Amino acid sequence: MILGKEGLDGRTNDFKGKIMVTGGKTKDTGGDVKNPGGDLKDLGGNTGDYEAVIGLEVHAELSTKTKIFCSCTTEFGGLPNTHCCPVCTGMPGVLPVLNSRVVEYAIRAGLAANCSVSLFTKQDRKNYFYPDIPKGYQISQYDLPVCKNGYIEIDPGNGERENETGKKKIRIQRIHIEEDAGKLLHSEDGTCSFIDYNRAGVPLIEIVTEPDISSAGEARVFLEKLRSMLLYVGVSDCKMEEGSLRCDVNISVKPRGRTELGERVEIKNLNSFRAVYRAIEVEIARQESIIRAGGTISRETRRWDDTRGESIQMRSKEDVHDYRYFPEPDIPPLTIKEDFVERIKASLPELPWERKDRYIQEYGLPEYDAEIITSSRELADFFEEAAVKAAGKGVNIKMVSNWVIRELMRLLNDRNASVEDAKFPAGHLVKLLKIVDEGTINIPTAKKVFEEIFDTGKDPEHIVKEKGLEVLNDEEFLRGIVEKVIGDNPSSVSDYKKGKEKALGFLMGQVMKETRGKADPQVARRLLLEELK
Amino acid sequence: MELHELSISQLGSLIKNKEVSIPKLTRYMLDRIEKLDSAYGCYITVAEEKAMEQAADVQARLDGGNLDSPLAGIPMAVKDNICTKGILTTCASRMLYNFIPPYDAHVVGKLYENGAILLGKVNMDEFAMGSSTESSYFKKTFNPLDTERVPGGSSGGAAAAVASGEAIYCLGSYTGGSIRQPAAFCGCVGIKPTYGLVSRFGLVAYASSFDQVGPLTRTVSDCAMVLGAIAGHDPMDATSTRKRIPDYTKALVQDVRGLRIGIPGEFVDDSVDEDIRNAVFKAIQVFSEQGAECKEISIPVMEYVVPTYYIIALAEASSNLARYDGVKYGYRTSEYKDLIDMCKRTRSEGFGTEVKRRILLGTYVLSSGYFDAYYKKALKARTIISREFGRAFEECDIIMGPVAPTTAYKIGEKINDPLKMYMEDIFTVPANITGLPALAIPAGIDRNNMPIGLQLIGKRFDESTIFRAGYTFEQTIGSNWTSSRMNNQVNNQVKNK
Repeated sequence: MILGKEGLDGRTNDFKGKIMVTGGKTKDTGGDVKNPGGDLKDLGGNTGDYEAVIGLEVHAELSTKTKIFCSCTTEFGGLPNTHCCPVCTGMPGVLPVLNSRVVEYAIRAGLAANCSVSLFTKQDRKNYFYPDIPKGYQISQYDLPVCKNGYIEIDPGNGERENETGKKKIRIQRIHIEEDAGKLLHSEDGTCSFIDYNRAGVPLIEIVTEPDISSAGEARVFLEKLRSMLLYVGVSDCKMEEGSLRCDVNISVKPRGRTELGERVEIKNLNSFRAVYRAIEVEIARQESIIRAGGTISRETRRWDDTRGESIQMRSKEDVHDYRYFPEPDIPPLTIKEDFVERIKASLPELPWERKDRYIQEYGLPEYDAEIITSSRELADFFEEAAVKAAGKGVNIKMVSNWVIRELMRLLNDRNASVEDAKFPAGHLVKLLKIVDEGTINIPTAKKVFEEIFDTGKDPEHIVKEKGLEVLNDEEFLRGIVEKVIGDNPSSVSDYKKGKEKALGFLMGQVMKETRGKADPQVARRLLLEELK
Repeated sequence: MELHELSISQLGSLIKNKEVSIPKLTRYMLDRIEKLDSAYGCYITVAEEKAMEQAADVQARLDGGNLDSPLAGIPMAVKDNICTKGILTTCASRMLYNFIPPYDAHVVGKLYENGAILLGKVNMDEFAMGSSTESSYFKKTFNPLDTERVPGGSSGGAAAAVASGEAIYCLGSYTGGSIRQPAAFCGCVGIKPTYGLVSRFGLVAYASSFDQVGPLTRTVSDCAMVLGAIAGHDPMDATSTRKRIPDYTKALVQDVRGLRIGIPGEFVDDSVDEDIRNAVFKAIQVFSEQGAECKEISIPVMEYVVPTYYIIALAEASSNLARYDGVKYGYRTSEYKDLIDMCKRTRSEGFGTEVKRRILLGTYVLSSGYFDAYYKKALKARTIISREFGRAFEECDIIMGPVAPTTAYKIGEKINDPLKMYMEDIFTVPANITGLPALAIPAGIDRNNMPIGLQLIGKRFDESTIFRAGYTFEQTIGSNWTSSRMNNQVNNQVKNK
């Protein structure tokens, strides 16, 4: 449904379809830019005569079932304007009622990030005109955010950089709750705009860091850490491609060692970690070159263009918004009871960094492996289930972690699947490794079996029996094969006898081929050498 | 007496005894509106068809024994800023000239449950911003007692409809003095309930921390009945109370013995019209004779009440009215260059002068650099004023005074002097700033035969006590004396037109 200039006059309950807004052109689409992916190279923005001071403002959509002030679904997608009601479209006379789950989720995130929880908190109105906010103001929090003064520790040397400098605390200034806006879409010819209010009223937390970050690499490591934390505590699905995790960056540059901060520039529209990384690199370089040329940085807001790899000015210092914040009169201030906070604290899962440390100590995993495995809660859960079973069966846990990192992750990638979708229990992997350990099958066969387990969920013992994949170590039988191979390949035999060691490999390959990979390599090799004498 | 002169309970017993059917009563009221409204201009929308459907439906529910409410079958009207599903709700503004809500306000739903018959939507000042109903985009409403005078505002259409017998009762809304002052101007009873007693869901917001819905009626007992039906918790309004609602009709006894009534000196000073002052003094005499203890008290912060109220109310209004941008519903300008231009033109053309003035003032007091000097200071003043009233209530149970410093004035007299108009609110805004309940009742007439309103302010959620005092006063000076005199006056006005 496209409505003409009369607009939605309220004669209908039916919000399906798009509401046409205007015939004008506007710039900000708020749309999702697909992350093109690709390899990153840390350019080492924190070296040289200048240093960067960076703070992040991260918006995470909370994964509550319903919106923050009404009972509409928060589900992503859906036809435009089908996930909305009079409340989230700001019809006259309607009132917001705060979803208490939103407060709980914000506190969960805050506690995980070592924040203190405000026992008295309130909502405020942030006033500005833009058609994507249906009320003409956004309900947010101004001076009493629900959480404040936290931190997340990162390893700044992690990732591409080699120089391990130990852990660094990135302080969290505040976490507050607010409502998301709708989405403006513009026609290709630029003559009209459409608005979709499905996202309006989806709950968000805004996480604001102190300016403790000093490079693009650190920013990315922090974001990865924050993302895995939010996933672990289960408050957001953090899908950047669906806009459920978004990030604005504040950057200033100053001569190395100077304490006084430079003027900061805000960069918006960063839709992937890669975009954050690149935008910071580009902005540091931009500011440095201005300063070097004797210029000054002025406070402004810039918009990142990911395809062009550059930012353009959105707002200068002169047109900074005056948001006219004031307390939201429709929602009474909230008093949070201490035992409510305690209950949330008690229900927090082990956090990714805690798990990582435990895996290093308990299972003796290398730091790198532990980091990868704990990056996702589901992957870590899978590993841990397998590790517990492996210990019981005497299977080497390092082998389990190798298989999780190499084979499982490869297959997940290949099949574009996630661990939660896995059809098989972690015990199957352990069973498979046990069979390998016992010498019943060899490694290449095991990889194939694992693939079948992954795809079908079948028990590895059944697969091995069903397909007759047991290792062949019957000497009588294998000797017959070896004799046949020697008879069929006289030239290779004579090459070998002339001293060409390589020919032995070829002959081994032929033996494996004849046995469809099942021959016990050690036995086969010994027999081959005996027959070639 | 004719049907429109009867009270809710009188009509209720006629309906119960089958002396009049609900469709017949409804038809009678619709005919009366048809006959009179061109003279008074009470209604913006008359929902004739819907009212007759409802009448038949309620009659069937009543006959089937599925309805037991004193409001069943009683025809009423609702101020045009209270949302009615399927019926135009304009706020008397061009901005919402075509807005038909897809939902009912909580209070409307409650009245429907009780079998109320909605006759239509009554006129008001645009977005409830005004004290004379002169700022309506659609029409002026005339005081039925003297059509050269204003009916008060912003619920002027509601008060005029009740006074002229174009509705048995009305729902008005209240931000500054919007129910009590028009009730006083038109000789009706009106109550502003304690903030939070009645759900605001579906009441188009003006100043959220002041807004309340309340009834306008002819008698105190009608008022208590209607308030009882609309009060109580609503999960859709986070500011609505979870308290149990008492049966207000139980408070309707003629007994004020031992009741302590405080009269602030500031409420009867020289700024108040002499006739009104005398009416208050007469009321003191009436209450004293009935055994109440009347004494003078002092509320020294009165001079800050109006500025405090206007700063906070307009700040909230500037934000509440931001949603009218032409994007989603209501008026949209016909020609524009781009998105921002569309919003600007829509708002310039859609809002009237008074609304724009209040949006500008509200925006100003919230702007950075002025916020601390105005808005923040006003919040502090609000706390202090509330504290002062709280202290006054330590020594009395009711605070009494006039509703307004003047009776109904001539149309056009104050519309061009906003400050004078704002000062009209001096005695009504304290109850809004503090959230206290306040009842307006008729207390005689002035030299021009225009009614005078007496105001009884109660403690938080203590509507029962002010109903008891109001009822006692009404019974003592003679029930309905105002309305029978009023009926003659109203009829004379129609003849003169």
